[in-house]
Amino acid sequence: MNPAMRRSPETPVSRPTARLLAAAVGALAALPLAALPLAAAEGGGSDGLPQLTQTDTFVGQIFWTIITFGILYFAMSKVIIPRIGEAMEERQDKIDDDLSRAEKLKRETEQVIEEYEAKLAEARGAARETVREATEAWEAQAAKREKKANEALAKKTAEAEERIAAAKQAALDNLKSVATEVSTAASAKLLGSAPSEADAQKAVEASLAEGGRG
Amino acid sequence: MAEAANEAGGGFPVDPLKQFEIQPIVPINVGGLDLSFTNSSLWMLITIGAVTALLTVATGRRALVPGRLQSVAEFFYETIANMVRDNVGSEGRQYFPFIFTLFMFVLFGNLLGMIPTSFTFTSHIAVTFFMAIVIFVAVTAIGFARHGLGYLRMFFPHGAPAWTAVILVPIEVISYLSRPISLSVRLFANMMAGHILLKVFAGFVLLMGVAGVVPLAALIGITALEFLVATLQAYIFTILTCVYLHDAIHMH
Repeated sequence: MNPAMRRSPETPVSRPTARLLAAAVGALAALPLAALPLAAAEGGGSDGLPQLTQTDTFVGQIFWTIITFGILYFAMSKVIIPRIGEAMEERQDKIDDDLSRAEKLKRETEQVIEEYEAKLAEARGAARETVREATEAWEAQAAKREKKANEALAKKTAEAEERIAAAKQAALDNLKSVATEVSTAASAKLLGSAPSEADAQKAVEASLAEGGRG
Repeated sequence: MAEAANEAGGGFPVDPLKQFEIQPIVPINVGGLDLSFTNSSLWMLITIGAVTALLTVATGRRALVPGRLQSVAEFFYETIANMVRDNVGSEGRQYFPFIFTLFMFVLFGNLLGMIPTSFTFTSHIAVTFFMAIVIFVAVTAIGFARHGLGYLRMFFPHGAPAWTAVILVPIEVISYLSRPISLSVRLFANMMAGHILLKVFAGFVLLMGVAGVVPLAALIGITALEFLVATLQAYIFTILTCVYLHDAIHMH
């Protein structure tokens, strides 16, 4: 009806300016909302901002806002939000569950390691004990054998000494009798008369004793 | 005749305001009220359809390790849940479904409006003001329900000298009453201005011939910016609702 009043931007306007203008227009128009029907009546419907001039659509816009927003609110609050919430809760539960299970497993592992170490220490102790016992037993046996060997040796030595002593004695006895015989025979040859055996023996013993001293 | 002059005499090739015109699709008249199903109603339906479809598909297969869509749904959920918790507190929990719906409704309304030839219902003051006034009335009702007449202390800062009430109370009352206006006009004006700007630059592209690449480049930038504005304004609208709720519940 009145196209000359149509706001057709003919000069390039910078964006902030346009923003400000639009905001100002909006604010000015919105403030006296009650005066809108009046302005619309003056504007005649097709001029200016349709937002402000198409007042006959206001009721319909509000009506459809209520309907669509209501449906969306119902869908969100009854279906979507519980579903998202549930999924997130489930995940949180699962994470908590996994964490606690990991914790439990870790504790179990630690326990097993502890047990293992205790067993290891025990085994080491047992091994040491076994070695010690074996060493002791071996040492005892060695000592016993040594003693036995020493004894046997001592016995053999004693026997040998005995034998030597006996042989020496025998040799000495032999020597005595030979000496007596010789001295008797010598005396008989020299003196012509053989001394009695007892005298000869006495003389030999005396000279042997002298020789032994010397 | 002026119309003809506009068309023929080097007039602007694009009418930047035509996109805001509401056209009835199915005329409905109930008791003298015009409740026609219009392009605005259509895009409201598409908006709630898109939101519902996206979130239904996204939450269809509730996987422990969320897929892409499920991550998107959970991102929206967590963003709004954090917003409500940070701005309203634990008492805000019961209002979470409303805040969530509000955010999705405005966000998708804004974003779907970026589709060429679509209709942006959030660029209409009737819609934004209605939403703002409902929020305003509800928040005020919650305030009085929680604090009784003590809610009127909202209008006088705690600890100020008594005589300053003469100045402070009117200021506070005006600032409180202007909330629905600033809330609705901010969204409506931002969406409208952005869409006008897009059309104006598109007109320049047509007018300038080869030199039109310059406004075309600007147009691409502005389009990107408009996506940011669409998201940001939905966020602001929602977070301010949370702030008003906080005031009603905690009184500053």
